[in-house]
Amino acid sequence: MSIPEAPRRSWMQRWHVKGIVVTSLLLVLLVTSSRMTGVDVGMFFSNFGQFLNLLVRMSHPDWQYANVIVRPLLETIQMAILGTTIGAAFAVPFAVLSASNLIHNRFLRGLTRLFLDLVRTLPDLLLAAIFVAVFGIGSTAGVVTLAIFSFGMVSKLFYEVIETIDMGPLEALTSVGASKVTIIWYAVLPQILNQFVSYFLYTLEINVRASTVLGYLGAGGIGVFLQRSLSEFNYSQTAVIILATLAVVLVIDGISNHLRRVLL
Amino acid sequence: MVEAPIISFKNVNKIYSNGTVGLKDINLEIPQGQFLVVVGLSGAGKSTLLRTINRMHEITSGEIKIDGEPIHAYKGQALRLLRRKIGMIFQGFNLVNRSSVERNVLSGRVSYYPTWKTLCGLFTQADREMAVRSLQRVNLADKLYTRADELSGGQQQRVAIARTLMQEPKIILADEPVASLDPLTTKAVMDTLQRLNREDNITVIVNLHSVPLARQYADRIIGLQAGQLVYDRPISEVTEADLNEIYVTEAVQA
Ligand SMILES: Nc1ncnc2c1ncn2[C@@H]1O[C@H](COP(=O)(O)OP(=O)(O)OP(=O)(O)O)[C@@H](O)[C@H]1O
Ligand SMILES: [Mg+2]
Repeated sequence: MSIPEAPRRSWMQRWHVKGIVVTSLLLVLLVTSSRMTGVDVGMFFSNFGQFLNLLVRMSHPDWQYANVIVRPLLETIQMAILGTTIGAAFAVPFAVLSASNLIHNRFLRGLTRLFLDLVRTLPDLLLAAIFVAVFGIGSTAGVVTLAIFSFGMVSKLFYEVIETIDMGPLEALTSVGASKVTIIWYAVLPQILNQFVSYFLYTLEINVRASTVLGYLGAGGIGVFLQRSLSEFNYSQTAVIILATLAVVLVIDGISNHLRRVLL
Repeated sequence: MVEAPIISFKNVNKIYSNGTVGLKDINLEIPQGQFLVVVGLSGAGKSTLLRTINRMHEITSGEIKIDGEPIHAYKGQALRLLRRKIGMIFQGFNLVNRSSVERNVLSGRVSYYPTWKTLCGLFTQADREMAVRSLQRVNLADKLYTRADELSGGQQQRVAIARTLMQEPKIILADEPVASLDPLTTKAVMDTLQRLNREDNITVIVNLHSVPLARQYADRIIGLQAGQLVYDRPISEVTEADLNEIYVTEAVQA
């Protein structure tokens, strides 16, 4: 009888070849891409003074202005909620169709994923420009843009969550004789619900910020006022808008944290 | 009196898509009301055998009949109705952890409803009472509103049995139902299965790794080896030596 040999780490494992190779590759990529795109890091530092100057000018918020922006801020929140809700609602069936553990038909899955990739490729600014042209200036364009943007993002986040679930309950529900939809309702949904909610709120938060930028293109909300104050060099108003947006984002974050704790 | 078997296998073969032989020329008849235990080494094909009965796995050739009806052509609603009369118990319990015990138990009843009613949770009062009774039968009625993941392993397995009872099954398939349980809980679960077998005349098929348990509960023991049926005796003719052989011969060959 021979004494079994103790397992040995291979040469690759001993010298952490994978880790080192990946890190160096990333470094090379970083350097070459900054070269190719012509990013001048030096300029960032040499022009830092201007940035400070801007900060100083913004450091005297015009609190009176807060009264003016309450309504557009509310409009922004409404836009974000509507857009996120519509986008997320449409995302659910598409997420189910993209999840490899639920849909075994590769063709169908590939097709939905391709569609989702396509949607995600469209930049939100382009979408806003298109919908402002279609619906005219106003919040409708903003809501539609945010809905499509959220749809693309949320459906990917959702199907990745679905792919991590425990398949045991699905097996059980199948063996009971449940229909596909019932199986998803009883065995999948409870497993993903709280992550769905937290991704929904995360997207909502992103959308509040995004809609400030969309306002630039005339898609309604606080963005219109942000653009106006900036073009008038009225930085004390800009400061109020930024602080107000921050407050909204913080509130959403708070709700999100609370809900996650309650639902978990 | 010769009764028609509730389950019959005729020349059943199962080859997995990667070429692994799951089952090889299985011929088997199981009468209504039998407590059948399947033994065999890991990889012998016990789970495969069980899962062909409710079509969780498809067979490659041969024929399986349940209640005298060939099952291979069932699709859609017919397949769901077949599965409804066959309960299944799993080693990992397979409860929805985040849902209440009540919801888990009621989920065993969904095949009696149209899909939209299950989505709205529109269970009849009678079925809700049935859920309570099912839990009483496994001695867990007080846990109705507890979340499933707050129960111990043995309790979870009994909830899984209660879920199966909601199907009003004629057959229960149990794939190593006690493999992750301690001896005392094991006894509780096996006793429950035995009670259902005796009181309700449910045909019970259990995969087990434990020879003593097999001998204690079975009416009949069959042994699998590399997908083949190598042993089949009523409990009165089973000897310890036989069973050891099922486990040992292959270990020696390996
Ligand atoms: N989905 C699958 N694809 C390919 N081969 C499989 C699959 N499932 C099982 N097998 C193979 O089929 C054979 C029988 O497996 P099976 O799970 O039925 O064994 P078992 O007797 O239940 O074993 P255990 O006691 O470990 O549960 C094994 O060789 C296994 O590797
Ligand atoms: Mg098995």
